[in-house]
Amino acid sequence: MQTQPPGLRPRAPERGPEPWRDPEAEPYVRLRGLTRRFGDVVAVDAIDLDIYRGELFALLGGSGSGKSTLLRMLAGFERPDEGSITLEGQDLAPVPPYERPVNMMFQSYALFPHMSVADNIGYGLRREGVARAEIARRVEEMLELVQLGGLGARRPQALSGGQRQRVALARSLVKRPKLLLLDEPLGALDKSLREATQFELVNIQERTGTTFIMVTHDQEEAMTMATRIAVMTDGRLAQVGTPAEVYEYPASRFVAGFLGTANVFEGIVKRAQGSGVGAAGALVESTAFDAFFASDTDPPKPEGGRVFVAVRPEKMRIEKSAEGTAHGTNALSGLVRDIAYYGDFVMYVVALPDGSLVRVSRPTETRMTELPITWNDAVTVRWQDFATVVLAQ
Amino acid sequence: MTGTQRIGRRLVVALPYAWLLLFFLGPFLIVARIALSEAALGIPPYAPLLRWTEENVLTLVLNLGSFATLFDDPFYVDAYLRSLNVAFVSALLCLLLGYPMAYAIALAPAHRRNLLLLLVILPFWTSFLLRVMAWIGILQDQGVLNGALLSLGLIDEPLRLLYTDFAVYVGIVYCYLPFMVLPLYATLARLDPVLLQAAADLGARPFRAFVTVTLPLSLPGIVAGFMLVFIPAVGEFVIPELLGGPDAQLVGRVLWVEFFQNRDWPMASALAVALLLVLVIPIAVFQHLAARR
Repeated sequence: MQTQPPGLRPRAPERGPEPWRDPEAEPYVRLRGLTRRFGDVVAVDAIDLDIYRGELFALLGGSGSGKSTLLRMLAGFERPDEGSITLEGQDLAPVPPYERPVNMMFQSYALFPHMSVADNIGYGLRREGVARAEIARRVEEMLELVQLGGLGARRPQALSGGQRQRVALARSLVKRPKLLLLDEPLGALDKSLREATQFELVNIQERTGTTFIMVTHDQEEAMTMATRIAVMTDGRLAQVGTPAEVYEYPASRFVAGFLGTANVFEGIVKRAQGSGVGAAGALVESTAFDAFFASDTDPPKPEGGRVFVAVRPEKMRIEKSAEGTAHGTNALSGLVRDIAYYGDFVMYVVALPDGSLVRVSRPTETRMTELPITWNDAVTVRWQDFATVVLAQ
Repeated sequence: MTGTQRIGRRLVVALPYAWLLLFFLGPFLIVARIALSEAALGIPPYAPLLRWTEENVLTLVLNLGSFATLFDDPFYVDAYLRSLNVAFVSALLCLLLGYPMAYAIALAPAHRRNLLLLLVILPFWTSFLLRVMAWIGILQDQGVLNGALLSLGLIDEPLRLLYTDFAVYVGIVYCYLPFMVLPLYATLARLDPVLLQAAADLGARPFRAFVTVTLPLSLPGIVAGFMLVFIPAVGEFVIPELLGGPDAQLVGRVLWVEFFQNRDWPMASALAVALLLVLVIPIAVFQHLAARR
């Protein structure tokens, strides 16, 4: 699952090296066969995962996917039923939460209401028996880092939501944990604040060099912040990879649909080679209508195998065509059913003659008040071979 | 807001206040008035405050003698100190017993909490007097407790339990425990368990987390429970009368004796007024300080 998809050009190393591509690299956090059950429900199901030092790793999934249970096992609030967690080679299983070199930023922030901001941040240091002057210095340092200088004497209740989020971050970072766990770190913020905070969190993560593991249900948050994303469903990892890998090369229909929008068609592999640009490639025949899908990558199944084809709306082009135009290879014809104008792009929903719907987005490159394509226009949707993703499941 | 709503809202506030004015402040003023008059033989057994002198002048006669006696006679001062002491120790014992109880109920699974709370208030379904009487049966020389200890061979002769200070403490703690448990439960149940996880995450062992997070956050419940036990326990009459020894001269008992045996209504009233002041002034100061914080 963690193998590099074929044809992917390596991403520019804007965040330093990518240790997960190096088979020699020693993982920082290593999960093996990690399992947690609640009665009959398997919340986390035999997960194997390696996370490297300095990563901002995102666990992405819907509610009930097991991502929060996994995070709570890392913090020590849940005991694994099976499997192991090691951090820098040290087995974490027998270590209680108050002795783990791991800190957590809680979704509700869990700030102590009876303590000032400074006392909240210094709480962990007082438990370690750090000298008073040193605590004061490090608390001040953290307040500066999260841009809350001068607010140390306030009570958490007297702060705004965004400020509380920063206090929670400062409190969890002040002990310089080997691993920082973030449970929906931006979940309680309103939309306008969220984007600015995303960049700030990444900035702080890079400045402190701390390894972050973040749980989120928001795909945009995971995509913009994370070095790598693990998409979780039903307690298992559906796919692990960089945001671009997971988006461009989804491993399954579930991942393709969970991250962004995808048009999924069912088909049978007709030719397993040479249909695309180079030697690699596949030709898939639709089972629903008379059309072919060509891809420039090898299919996951041999000829005659039942597969799924996923195409992203932004990789398709829409153009007017004569009514009754037949489908072709990477070309589908139908009538415009719905139009959604988002400002930066327009999403067309095209109904094919058999009733299935195709979503096509089109950037609004020019200023326009009237759309060139409108409701009930006969259109053809086309895309290139590289946009066709052939999936086994 | 319409006019009817405003009137309705004022009525809701005004009614309880009117009730308190009528049935609390009114009687208090009557008691305070009696405390300031001289004792007299007759019905009622005190002299009027306003009198016509022989020269037909209306004079106001205020007698502070009863209050003076309170401070002069060490018997009364002792009774106050003893009562405050007994009430304080009882409230403390209730706190020590009630806190773990309230904590356990707050941590119990939701479906069992109501049952446990019901068990706490179950004794109220029996008369207070009957429950105190029942303790006589348990504590007396031939009682249940001594019988059990004797048959187990732990003691050779019955222990003297009834009519001692021990019996008074047992009675007060037993009767007032629910008043401690309920407010404690109310604050502990509202405590966000995530705060304790945060404390553990930051390196606090369970006991440290309790001392630094649970205890300070349950302080309002501790104060409320302590007041609810301490205040009525200071003036408690029935329990020391039925379970205490003859030398257990607590304020409630002294008051009763002054009123019914000595028929010294001004003295008894002065005792009552002084008791109220002893309780109200420190509480008012405390409230003032707490509100400022």
